[in-house]
Amino acid sequence: MLASIVPIRRFHLGKWFLRVFVFLVYAIMLCPLVFVIWLSFFKDSILYFPPSGYTLSWYKNAWDNQSFVNGFIFSLQLAIVSALIGVSIGVVAALGLIRYRFRGAKYVNTLLLSPLLMPGIVAGIAIYLFYLRTENFLDRDIVGTLGGLVLAHICLTIPWTVRLVSASMHGLDPSIEEAARNLGANGRVAFWRITLPMLRPAIVAAALFSFIVSFENLEVSLSLVGPGSTTLPIAIMQYLEFNLDPTIAAVSSVQILLLGIIMLVTDRFVKLSQVV
Amino acid sequence: MANVSLIHLKKQFGQSVAVSDFSLEIADGELVSFLGPSGCGKTTTLRMIAGFIDPTAGRILIGGTDVTALPVHQRNTGMVFQRYALFPHMTVAQNVSFGLEMRKVSAHERDRRIELALDMVRMTEYKDRYPRQLSGGQQQRVAIARALAIEPKVFLLDEPLSNLDAKLRLEVREEIRALQQRLGLTTIFVTHDQEEALAISDRMAIMHDGKVQQVGRPDVLYEQPENFFVAEFLGKMNFFAGTCVGPGQFKTTDGLLLNVDAVTQSTKRVGVRPERVELVAVATSGNNIPVTVQSSAYLGSFVDVVLAGPNQQRLSCQVPNTATVSPADAFTTGRGLVMNFKASDCVVFNEEGDA
Repeated sequence: MLASIVPIRRFHLGKWFLRVFVFLVYAIMLCPLVFVIWLSFFKDSILYFPPSGYTLSWYKNAWDNQSFVNGFIFSLQLAIVSALIGVSIGVVAALGLIRYRFRGAKYVNTLLLSPLLMPGIVAGIAIYLFYLRTENFLDRDIVGTLGGLVLAHICLTIPWTVRLVSASMHGLDPSIEEAARNLGANGRVAFWRITLPMLRPAIVAAALFSFIVSFENLEVSLSLVGPGSTTLPIAIMQYLEFNLDPTIAAVSSVQILLLGIIMLVTDRFVKLSQVV
Repeated sequence: MANVSLIHLKKQFGQSVAVSDFSLEIADGELVSFLGPSGCGKTTTLRMIAGFIDPTAGRILIGGTDVTALPVHQRNTGMVFQRYALFPHMTVAQNVSFGLEMRKVSAHERDRRIELALDMVRMTEYKDRYPRQLSGGQQQRVAIARALAIEPKVFLLDEPLSNLDAKLRLEVREEIRALQQRLGLTTIFVTHDQEEALAISDRMAIMHDGKVQQVGRPDVLYEQPENFFVAEFLGKMNFFAGTCVGPGQFKTTDGLLLNVDAVTQSTKRVGVRPERVELVAVATSGNNIPVTVQSSAYLGSFVDVVLAGPNQQRLSCQVPNTATVSPADAFTTGRGLVMNFKASDCVVFNEEGDA
């Protein structure tokens, strides 16, 4: 027994180094969040450190600002619709890519993942130009319509679903679906009752990521929104052009809180760490 | 239950032939195992019977009905997979229930049959557990219950024991055999483990390179192998090359004269099982071959002795452990001994390796 204690000692230094490193990583990731929330309670309208006092008035200010409230509701609707449609398409795409090894599947896969590789602003402008051309061709409005915006956001969400669902499908034992068919289920029933439920964690995670990606998107939305329909990130940006008070921090805090709650609730039903 | 007929079954994947011309009649209530090394076509054949693979040619009859064109879900076979293949998001009871639901069995009748099936494999008390909460052996028992609950015409098992550890393997094997006998299940059992196949089968089909080598009762296959492959795959065998030199007389290429009961003009090789051979100090009646001990391995119930024959060919002998001789003293490396065996224990093969 004694002999086995000795080698453990030797690793103590490495273990401490790892702990410090992990702590630093967490600190760097969480510090901005903590500061944003802290700042949102500062009394001074021009950021000043240390603050002369604390107040909740910035939250009231944000709540009274019509463009924030409208932007929030609009972003929420946009993100839900885009995530729902994007996940449905992404699941079908992942199934097709994994199940049927067709010619060019590799290229389709790369194409579906490409929105991840492209800087948002480039994608935004590219989609804008594409829409303009299509408008000329079809002789109807696309830029500034809800349909055009949703379509662009769907493109952003698809890569997440394709990646998560195809990774999950790779891990499935094909004999499980075979067992279902052997027990009397036709292909359709086996898919709905056996395969799809097994993919549930991946699909839920994909929906969550899609929602977040769409909700916080600024660059792509920027060139596509129409008058009167502004997303929350755009509303924030517009406010920042003329103001620098902690209202923005208050808005951001609400957003952080909301996404945090969604994550926690999701994690209760599906262990996200198992899929992502 | 029903009988199964495989009629000139063939499967080709591109240029490679996975199964060539497999014909077999499996009687009602019979357990037939498909035995062979990996890639011999045994699993492909099983999957053709289940309907997962379409045969290139040939027909499959279950209970006299041609099912060759029927999709998997209409064939009414109960299959057990190597990696259990339980539905992970369903409890044990729900797993067993699935096949019954597919058959539109009423809820009341379903409960009765779930109970019955789980009772058969002694898993009733686990019926509300999820597969991940069960051990490998328990999972495989549930898989068996699930396959049998639908009262299939044929019970198909694809290497069902190979993921279990040695002790459990024996236990589940005996359980499968007992169930099969009690319910009179027509069963096809695929395995690469010869001991498993010998222990469980009414008949076994030994396969190699997509071809059936020999079909028969385990003892017949072991005692009267029809070719080299069967002789060597099922247990071990010592071979002597040579020619027939008269009635019951065989002369090896080393010039030794052997008495072999079964010898004919076409005999080119004679074989004898290692456990039918005795190692003695001086030649006695029967066949005697001078050998030198190369090495020996003490395996508990017997000692496995590796010997060099007159032509330095490798021979082997299994000496039962009678505790009267210490293996370390009796089989020291380099010791000269005589390998002795009876004329009636020899198996003969012709040029092609066929018996």
